[in-house]
Amino acid sequence: MSALDVNSALSANPSHAHGSIGVVGTTAEWITTTDHKRIGRLFISGVLIWLIGVMGVAVVLGVERIDPNSSVVPVDSIVQLFSFFRTGIALGVMAPLFIGLGIVIIPLQVGARAIAFARLSLFGFYSWLIGSGVVVFSIIGNGGPSGGNMAMVDAYLLGVGLIIVGLFAASISVVTTVIGNRSSSVPMAEIPMFAWSVLVGGVGLIVTLPIHLGSLIYAAVDHHYDRLVFGGNFGIDKWIGGAFGQPQTFIYVIPVLGVLAEIAATSDRMRKTMRTGLYFGVGIMSTALLGAVTGTQHLFEWTGSMSDKLISAIPFALFNLLPLLGILIVLGMSLLALKNDSSGLLAPLVPALLGVGMVFTGMLGHAVQMISSADLSGTVFEEGVSVYIGYGAVLVAIGAIAHWSNELWGKSLPYGVIIGLGVAGFMATVFASLPYYIAGFTNQTANSVADFKDAGANALWNTSVTVGHVLMALVVIGFVSVVLKPSHSTTEATS
Amino acid sequence: MTAGLVTPPRPESRHQVLLATTATASGVIMLMFGMLGIWLRFRDLAPLRASSNGTKMIRDWLPSDIKIPEVATNTILVTLVMACVIAQWAVYATRRDDSSHASLALAIVALLGIAAINAQVAVYLQMGIGVRDGAYQTMFYAVTGTMTVLLLSGVVFSLVALFRALAGRLGDRQVMSAHALYWYVLTAAFGSMWFIVYVQK
Repeated sequence: MSALDVNSALSANPSHAHGSIGVVGTTAEWITTTDHKRIGRLFISGVLIWLIGVMGVAVVLGVERIDPNSSVVPVDSIVQLFSFFRTGIALGVMAPLFIGLGIVIIPLQVGARAIAFARLSLFGFYSWLIGSGVVVFSIIGNGGPSGGNMAMVDAYLLGVGLIIVGLFAASISVVTTVIGNRSSSVPMAEIPMFAWSVLVGGVGLIVTLPIHLGSLIYAAVDHHYDRLVFGGNFGIDKWIGGAFGQPQTFIYVIPVLGVLAEIAATSDRMRKTMRTGLYFGVGIMSTALLGAVTGTQHLFEWTGSMSDKLISAIPFALFNLLPLLGILIVLGMSLLALKNDSSGLLAPLVPALLGVGMVFTGMLGHAVQMISSADLSGTVFEEGVSVYIGYGAVLVAIGAIAHWSNELWGKSLPYGVIIGLGVAGFMATVFASLPYYIAGFTNQTANSVADFKDAGANALWNTSVTVGHVLMALVVIGFVSVVLKPSHSTTEATS
Repeated sequence: MTAGLVTPPRPESRHQVLLATTATASGVIMLMFGMLGIWLRFRDLAPLRASSNGTKMIRDWLPSDIKIPEVATNTILVTLVMACVIAQWAVYATRRDDSSHASLALAIVALLGIAAINAQVAVYLQMGIGVRDGAYQTMFYAVTGTMTVLLLSGVVFSLVALFRALAGRLGDRQVMSAHALYWYVLTAAFGSMWFIVYVQK
């Protein structure tokens, strides 16, 4: 791999350098750490907790939807569960996942001695963590969008604000590391693909998150006082929902392309001949910024004259199809590299490749949703898009963690298990998402556990979705157990 | 001659502080422009009504009983422009290794920032409106309050740079440049807000 690890032995386990310092000392070291590997691992661990919670809620909602006449949880909690799911998968999982990975990996890749502004990075983690806690407790306390407890709705808005500030701070740290802390032996034109993709994604977060923060400030001030302008608790989704939905989520997952390209680009031949194309592909995906910054979604109107169609097709293509082109370029080049590569298939490539495929399917679904005559807005189709992108990102992260397991945990992971988990995760994602693509066309309403037109078919779809979420939870738990297992016999397996 | 340890060459500086400040400044710009965009959207959606002298139709956005104290708001803008000039003076003094002038300049920038915040508070007091009074009032306090917090962050930056200068750490010239850049951006952000909220209303 291309990573330059200047002091991996020490930083992988810094406590060895200081001798035995006890539990309190170790805890204090972790809490106040400025070691980029620890900060990154803290982020990843936090994401894991969110992910388990999100999947648990998804299972509960799936069970509720199988039989709308029976209730597992109180009916008035359903809105909060949907809020938890939407907030969690975007701001609890997708956005911080690759920031955490970037904090660990990027200093090694660019030959930096440490992450730039490590304390800012740590502040970002704590702000995100505290914000996450506030969001969870506020939703439990009947807060969140459309929540009934006004104080808890205020707390929810505060929590989301803290999360945004935390992600913003961590993004600054990562971006500055790539540009400013790079070793002089790593010119900008030759930085590893993952570093490039995190740079592009980080800049995307720096540019877009403040816009959501601005909307949130308006909504929070309005809600805290007389709720005259922004619709009070029912207006929250409208004003800050953009931070959880598409195309903002496309910005969160830009680094998936870097992970895939990094794993696929194992041969020098690939790096020299195709790097420009890969850079270009990642850059093109960042055009999702257009939609995220402007907060607009351009529909393709399939009615009217040809000129009317063309007029709506141009912004539609610019906002929805251009990011897809970027992901297609990277996918295509990665597959081409595999074809040329004589060293065989690396195991981490399996979850990474399948994960990017899932992200692509999600983005394609979003483009379909933007065709007005498809009439998919407000249906579970949107949830399918979010799950495809969210779980796809998780799969890519599994591939990334397996690929860089030596840098992250100082050990290699068993490749056979990684391939198995990748395939299982792919099936889980399809089970959890594809039925909602189908149910969307039958107008199954989003954010609702009832209101089905075809109860029989919907029971089938919702059963599949529930099974998919359970399977994904098992994949994640299985992966964590593999990572936490004390030691493995390393098998540099190729298949 | 003592064979001393050879000091390793310093890693090539790529202006980390300046880069991080640029990124933060980009966030500040996006935050304020995003908020002003929402402001303009609401103003544009306000219904039409006849002006007080009945000569033209205007947007029923700014309540007729609210008077914006333009002297105070203009003073804030001028104060911030002065802060930019003085911040650039700090950069100039640092380049000449003139510690006393750099420190003086930073102290003045901090004071000007505090003066601008004070003037903003004076605007609130003179307007005498409550945040609960209506849509305009709620949004007015949200956008100007955010700007005030950003100005406060500029004052904190100035004080940190001042303490560094007083401690003799003038070698990091990029901190001074970053400080000046941040004040330029704050002034640009306030200038945009001043034009949309206080001038166009």
